[in-house]
Amino acid sequence: MSDQPSLFDILGPIMIGPSSSHTAGASRIGYIARQLLREQPVKAVITLYNSFAKTHKGHGTDRAIIGGILGYGPDDARIRHSFEEAQKEGLKWEFKFVGDFLKFHSNTARIKLWGKGGEAVEIVGASLGGGRIKIQEIEGFAVDFNAQTHTLVIIADDVPGSIQHISGAIAEEGVNIANMFVSRIETKANMVIELDQALSDKTIAKIQSLAWVKFVRPVEPMLEGSSRYEK
Amino acid sequence: MEFNLLSEIAAYCKREKKDMAQAMVDFEMRNKNVSRQQVYDGLKQILLVMEDSVEQGLTQMVITPSGMLNNWAKKVYNSPIETLGPSLKKAVARAIAVGEVNACMGKIAAAPTAGSAGIMPAVLVTMMEEHKIDRQRILDGLLVSSAIGLVFAKNSSFAGSETGCMGETGSAAAMAAGTIVYLLGGNEEQILEAVGFALKASMGLVCDPVGGLVEEPCTTRNAVGVANAFVSAQMALAGIKSLIPADEVIFATKEVGDLMSPRLKESGQGGLANTKTGREIQKKVFKSVE
Repeated sequence: MSDQPSLFDILGPIMIGPSSSHTAGASRIGYIARQLLREQPVKAVITLYNSFAKTHKGHGTDRAIIGGILGYGPDDARIRHSFEEAQKEGLKWEFKFVGDFLKFHSNTARIKLWGKGGEAVEIVGASLGGGRIKIQEIEGFAVDFNAQTHTLVIIADDVPGSIQHISGAIAEEGVNIANMFVSRIETKANMVIELDQALSDKTIAKIQSLAWVKFVRPVEPMLEGSSRYEK
Repeated sequence: MEFNLLSEIAAYCKREKKDMAQAMVDFEMRNKNVSRQQVYDGLKQILLVMEDSVEQGLTQMVITPSGMLNNWAKKVYNSPIETLGPSLKKAVARAIAVGEVNACMGKIAAAPTAGSAGIMPAVLVTMMEEHKIDRQRILDGLLVSSAIGLVFAKNSSFAGSETGCMGETGSAAAMAAGTIVYLLGGNEEQILEAVGFALKASMGLVCDPVGGLVEEPCTTRNAVGVANAFVSAQMALAGIKSLIPADEVIFATKEVGDLMSPRLKESGQGGLANTKTGREIQKKVFKSVE
C-alpha cells in the first residue's frame, strides 16, 4: 500500500454530523475501547480533555463516544439517540471534564470500560481531524496506532523470547506483520502489532493460552479513507 | 504514483491523453491496489449520501439543538422571490439543507470537511437537474473534485484550526468550481483557472463559529460557496485566466493561514463568535443544551 492519500480521504468520511473531529473521531475512540473490552460493556467512565471538554455538548461528542462504546460506526444514525440506547442495554456511564491539560492533544478522551463478564480496559485516544484518530495509551502503556489496518494488542510478562513466540504464531497462519511496537512498564510489555489481514480466532486463542500473556485483543480497521476497500 | 500539484495532474492528462477524472482513477488504482469498480462503488456511496442529505434538509423538520438554524433550506427553496431565477435559489437551498442536516446530527459525506459538506452536494444535484448530466458522469465530477482537494490537502490544509474557513468552504468551493467546469466540457487548464478564482475569493476567510458550533456562519457560508463555485466556473469557461496559477494560489492559502491569528481559526473566540450578539448566543445555547 502506498502512503499516498486515498481520494476517500478527501471525499468522506460518511458520518453523522456535525464535526469530523468532535463527532466522527470521538465515536471511533469509543468504538476501539469497545473492541478492546471484547464483551458487552456495563459501565463507562469517560474523561474529556481540552477542546473536547469545552465544546462536547454542541458537537454531540458525548453521544458519539457512547455510540462508539455500543459498537456503532461513525456513520450510524443511532449515535443521535445513543444515551437512550445505552440505557436500554444496561450501560451506565459518567463523563468527567478537564478543561486544560496541555500534555494531551486538543481533542482527547480517556475511556475506562467495565464488561458484563468482569473484564475492564482503559484507553486514551485523540481525534486528529477528518475523522482520523490515534490511540495513545492502553492500560497505562504508551502506544501509537490509528486502527487503519488490522491490529493486535497484547499485554504480557516481559519474558525473553516472548516476541518470537507471538510472531511465530502469527507467521504460522501466514499473516504478514506490517509493524510492531513494544513498550514496557517494569516487568510487563505491551505489543501493538499491525497486520496485513485479520487473524483467526484460533490463532488469537493460541496466543492467549501462552502462560505469560495477560491480554490479547484484535482491533478491526476503520472502514474509511484508504482502508474502506477492506470491506 | 504521486500528484503534488494541479499542474502535474494537467501534464499527466496531456501525456496520457486522459481527462482529470481518469487521472484520479489511475492514481487511486495504482496507489491502493484496487479495481476501477471498487473506486466507482465508493463514489456511488458518497453520492447517495450527498443526495440523501439534500433531500432530508428539504423535506424534514430541521431545527438544531441550539435553535440557531430553523428550517432555513425550505424557507429559501419555497421563497417566491428569486434574485437570479430558480436555479440559484434552489442551489442555495440545497447547500443550507446539508448544513442543517449536519448540525442536527444527520448523516453527511464530508467534502472535504463536515463544516463545508453542503457545497459539493448542492452543486452536483443542481448540475444533474439543470444540465441533465447522468449519474455516471457525476461520479467523474466527484473524481475531479477529489483531485483538486488532494493537491490542496498536500500544500495547504482543510483544518479550520490551520487555514480558517478558507480551508473548508474555500477549498470546497474550489473543488466544486473545477467540477462544474469539467461537467460542462471545460479542459484541464480551465478547471485550474476555476480553482484559482474560487480560492482567491475565499482568501483569508476566518473560521469564527458562534458558540464553537458548526452552524453560524458555517451554513450560510456554504450557500455563498456554491455561488462562488458557479461564478468561478462561469469565468473560467468563458476563457478568463486567473493570472496567478492555481497551484500558487494554493501556496498562498497556506501562507495566509499561517499568518492568521489563532483566535480567527476555529477557536470560537474571535470574529463573529466574539461579537456582542455572538457571545450572548453562546451563553444562551450552552445553557439550553445542558
